[in-house]
Amino acid sequence: MTAKLSIQNLSFTYADGAQALRQINMDIQANELFVLFGPSRAGKTTLLRLLNRLADLLEGTERTGEVLINGRDIYAPNVDVTQLRRRVGMVFAVPTPLPGSIYSNLAYSLQMAGIRDHHTIAERVERSLRQAALWDEVKDRLQDSAFALSGGQKQRMCLARSLALEPEIILLDNPTSGLDPISTAMVEDSLFQLKQQYTIIMVPHSVQQASRVADRAAFLLNGELVEVGSQQQLFMHPHDKRTEDYVTGRFG
Amino acid sequence: MTRQQTQRLAQWLISATAVIVILPIVLVVVYVVAKGIGAINWEFLTQPPRNGMTEGGIFPALLGTIILTLGTAVAAIPLAVGAAIYLAEYAGDNRFTRAIRLAIVNLAGIPSIVYGLFGLGMFVLFFNFGTSILAGALTLGLMTLPVVISTAEEAILTVPQEFRVVSFSLGASRWQTIRHQVLPHALPGIITGIILGLGRAAGETAPILFTVAAFYLPELPKSIFDQTMALPYHLYVIATQVPGMPLSIQYGTALVLLFIVLSFTLVATVIRTVMRRRREW
Repeated sequence: MTAKLSIQNLSFTYADGAQALRQINMDIQANELFVLFGPSRAGKTTLLRLLNRLADLLEGTERTGEVLINGRDIYAPNVDVTQLRRRVGMVFAVPTPLPGSIYSNLAYSLQMAGIRDHHTIAERVERSLRQAALWDEVKDRLQDSAFALSGGQKQRMCLARSLALEPEIILLDNPTSGLDPISTAMVEDSLFQLKQQYTIIMVPHSVQQASRVADRAAFLLNGELVEVGSQQQLFMHPHDKRTEDYVTGRFG
Repeated sequence: MTRQQTQRLAQWLISATAVIVILPIVLVVVYVVAKGIGAINWEFLTQPPRNGMTEGGIFPALLGTIILTLGTAVAAIPLAVGAAIYLAEYAGDNRFTRAIRLAIVNLAGIPSIVYGLFGLGMFVLFFNFGTSILAGALTLGLMTLPVVISTAEEAILTVPQEFRVVSFSLGASRWQTIRHQVLPHALPGIITGIILGLGRAAGETAPILFTVAAFYLPELPKSIFDQTMALPYHLYVIATQVPGMPLSIQYGTALVLLFIVLSFTLVATVIRTVMRRRREW
């Protein structure tokens, strides 16, 4: 069985010469919630941004290695990057609404993909908002500015927005940063629902969150992959000393 | 002096500089209005000059300035906005784009009479448009380009980068991102730049001197290959070239020109204020 997403010998260097990732290899299976964790500067966000080629926006960087989705290299020359990003959604650490209403935020990716039918759009908007556990709170004010939402609502709106196109994979870069425990629990709950349909790759807020939500996880340290394994293995019986030190809170 | 006295003195001095800065423009406006308002009436605005320009109105010059300003807009806006989008969104930072930016800065500093002579050589003679509205509008457009490009690029760059990143992450192409997430939010700044550029173009004399402006031409232009009168040049003519010119007509003409140029600035300010208030972030 081929992996949903396969990272092979992936290395990445920023324009200033800083090497963010070194020879990363890992496979992520369909419908699992895969967590990338580690201290800051481990390369987690960089790795996420390589998976939807958002890192392409930076000039002067260097990448080697491959990223295969369904067995096909997303860095192959004939790949349509726009199409790729429609299949690989992303939620950022800082919730960033686009100027406009809640509805227009949700409809944006659909409209950009050429979907014109109002019923289809309205349907997808509602379903995505339900999936992100936000529908009941906003259904009566979909035309209000997205900037009027609270922090937790904004983050769930951004999650819903990334779901509207029904991508195959969702990348979550610390989607609960700055959220209160109740909002965090709501987001985590929706993740358990979402992985029935999507493959989720997530950078968690903390080790605790990582161990709460992960099916499998990878521990990154200074741009290197230290260990990949199931939640059980990584958080209960880590093979590597560094993993053990990090998950038990000896550094980090 | 006590500290309070120093404070008060400093405050007084700083306020005084502000007043001194504003004073000239207030004086100019008040003076021109006081001297010129008596000449303004319906006939003045709608009739051609008569009797060696010492009687009648300024209609051909007024209409000419309006046509030239519109022509300038048509010539300059698409090119300037396109260039600004290119510089801000597509061009990176390399030798080529640095040369372009340097050229734009230098273009802005070129004296307007040089534009006038260039327009004469390029549009009137080389392209053989003759002394015409087309040649004049192109010359004015050329002069307006650097101002509009710089302000439009500035406006585009103030749109937060996150909007672009989010838009890309949602599968929008580069052009879709520019069209839907960048230009709408940069629009107030772009429009402000356009209007200020046009306001300057409407009041310029030197660029139209050899390219379009007629000394005296009571007939209205029929095509863009005709000459036309224009307010700034007309004002220069009646102030210096016509003996026995009544002062009231001179000041009336100055007042109309001043009104046009100032209303451009006013409209720009209003647009900017209204659109800024509507901004959500």
